[in-house]
Amino acid sequence: MIREFGSEDILFLLLATRWTILLTLASALIGGTIALVVAVLRIVPLRPANWLAIGYINLVQGTPVLGQLFIFFFGFSVFGWSVGAWTAAVTAFSIYASAYLAEIWRGGLQSVPKTQWESSAALGLTYLQRLRYIIVPQAVRINIPPTVGFIVQLIKNTSLASVIGFVELSRAGQMLNNATFAPMSIYLTVAAIYFVICYSLSNVSQRLERRIHVAR
Amino acid sequence: MNYDFRFSSLLAYRDELVEGVLLTLQLSAATIVIGLVIGVVVAAMRTGAPGPFKAIATVYVETIRNTPLLVQLFIIFFGLPSLGLRFTANEAALLGLSVNLGAYSAEIIRAGIESVRKSQIEAGHALGMNGYQVFRYVILFQALKSIYPALTSQFILLMLMSSIVSTIGANELFHQASFIDSRTFRSFEVYSAITLIYLCLTLVFRSVFLGIYWSVFVRRPAR
Amino acid sequence: MSLVNLEAVHKRFGEFEVLSNINLSVSEGEIVAIIGRSGSGKSTLLRCINGLEPVQQGRITVDGTEVTAANADLNNLRQRVGMVFQSYNLFPHLSVERNVTLALKVVRKTPYAEARDIAHEVITKVGLADKFGAYPDELSGGQQQRVAIARSLAMGPKVMLFDEITSALDPELVGEVLRVLEALAADGMTMLLVTHEMKFAKTVGNRTVFMHEGRIHEEGDSRETLEHPRTPELTGFLDAVLH
Ligand SMILES: Nc1ncnc2c1ncn2[C@@H]1O[C@H](COP(=O)(O)OP(=O)(O)OP(=O)(O)O)[C@@H](O)[C@H]1O
Ligand SMILES: [Mg+2]
Repeated sequence: MIREFGSEDILFLLLATRWTILLTLASALIGGTIALVVAVLRIVPLRPANWLAIGYINLVQGTPVLGQLFIFFFGFSVFGWSVGAWTAAVTAFSIYASAYLAEIWRGGLQSVPKTQWESSAALGLTYLQRLRYIIVPQAVRINIPPTVGFIVQLIKNTSLASVIGFVELSRAGQMLNNATFAPMSIYLTVAAIYFVICYSLSNVSQRLERRIHVAR
Repeated sequence: MNYDFRFSSLLAYRDELVEGVLLTLQLSAATIVIGLVIGVVVAAMRTGAPGPFKAIATVYVETIRNTPLLVQLFIIFFGLPSLGLRFTANEAALLGLSVNLGAYSAEIIRAGIESVRKSQIEAGHALGMNGYQVFRYVILFQALKSIYPALTSQFILLMLMSSIVSTIGANELFHQASFIDSRTFRSFEVYSAITLIYLCLTLVFRSVFLGIYWSVFVRRPAR
Repeated sequence: MSLVNLEAVHKRFGEFEVLSNINLSVSEGEIVAIIGRSGSGKSTLLRCINGLEPVQQGRITVDGTEVTAANADLNNLRQRVGMVFQSYNLFPHLSVERNVTLALKVVRKTPYAEARDIAHEVITKVGLADKFGAYPDELSGGQQQRVAIARSLAMGPKVMLFDEITSALDPELVGEVLRVLEALAADGMTMLLVTHEMKFAKTVGNRTVFMHEGRIHEEGDSRETLEHPRTPELTGFLDAVLH
């Protein structure tokens, strides 16, 4: 049964967008937590920890997100757990985000001048105290724009969750397409929704970047 | 855990895997060439062209960078036929990837051109060089050197992202995975193996790019 | 006959008049020192002479070519006008030799062997014969500036423009660059140089031009002008730089 692409379909797409956003937020939060650990492991003065972090980052950044998604989708059942597309997607995108965020944040941490480490050490702060009270607060400012920039990448990549059947914006578009067969209007609408979200975030990121440059 | 891993069943599909690797390499190489040409033209439009061209270039770059490749592919492969533009899956894949890479590389190239200091351009002009000569002999090499790391990372990302074209049925490495999966039903093994092959490709790409960097951009000790 | 001639030149950046009514005539072999406060328009004056900046009003001719003409062949003109900048501006990706031979090869289409001979000659002239294969970042500031001079000299210019070429240098490196300029002066090179080295302006310059707020405020024989300034502005300026 083929029908026209209408306003209720746009509503359908907008409702599905919630899942795109939710998937992005969940992955960013979980991924961010892992990334914090990986970034610190990457910079602590302990070779094996550094190697571990480097290996992890290279492994994730060296493989396609689509592959990661399928591995988790089928991988859970290998362990006898049956999970849905949501869990598989959140897991895969958290891992994906953690590697990229770790690499971004490492850059920020290392951009804090050495003298800050030295002068806080001279005050008797332990390594973790120096990190916690002196280095991280300074790195946060620098890290915000590229982190927002990465969230844009993440949003776009969550469209891949559609291939394991998770219904977010892209998948909703495909479903509508099967019902209405108006591919051009549907996919242009889908693209427009992504564009509005991503472009606004990109702009925020650029504006923050500029403000930080001016402040320095 | 009592899952019985059977990676060995994949060995029967060596030929398919090798073919997939070759297809992905071909697709990546073709995309890099076309994408770079687009990137250079669009970067030139954004830095040096009059208003309307600049606006077109900006709209192109922002649109592509702020929408998912998957949706771009859907528009090309499923949407354009309704306007009478029909592509095979492979053509749509090459087109989509090139248009995508073009936008990202345009931004990188633009940053590279802008990174060459204005005083360098003036020094060239002061010696009597025309605009083309200044670009060719003064700007180009310096700009290329400064963008090389970002550009080659983008190429690797492109190679990994080319897996996405399997969703429209284009032929490349990831597409072979679904084929083997449908024959063996060993999904986990198939996708793990494929993902590892991509990791190897990444390492190969990186070594090649590093090799090129060393031979082109790193200065030999004085002759 | 004058080699460089400026008639009633006006130059504006937007509303702001950087050069107003400049008249200046430099004959062959003459050495003109241009002095003045920061922002008085000295660099702009030099940049107008080789067409790096367009002017809004007036006429500039150099070696018979009208720089200000709408259809002026600036690339051709610039081969006859050497310019050296405060910040050297060597091409960082090219060796000393290739910095010097680049314009010969691509602009002048000089055969390689000949270009190399010319490069040898000018690099030796600035005292860097042993640095032929070095790269800019392997040289001191003074050495880089001498290469920049050699790079301009290689084109066989009729006149050379120097814009505060010793200002970015450590004091102990200034001498080696000034000695190169003295050698050029002895060869009879026509030069316009913006400088803060008053002693050099006095001993080497034939004429000194004092710029003030975009105008030529005072000019004359170097020794005379610098020892007996006629205007309070120049007196004030000299007091400020000499103490
Ligand atoms: N591209 C430009 N756009 C706008 N204003 C400019 C530009 N270049 C120079 N100016 C202005 O023109 C005036 C003269 O500049 P110029 O560089 O010629 O001064 P100068 O005498 O060489 O000074 P200094 O000793 O600092 O080098 C200055 O007020 C400067 O701010
Ligand atoms: Mg100046």
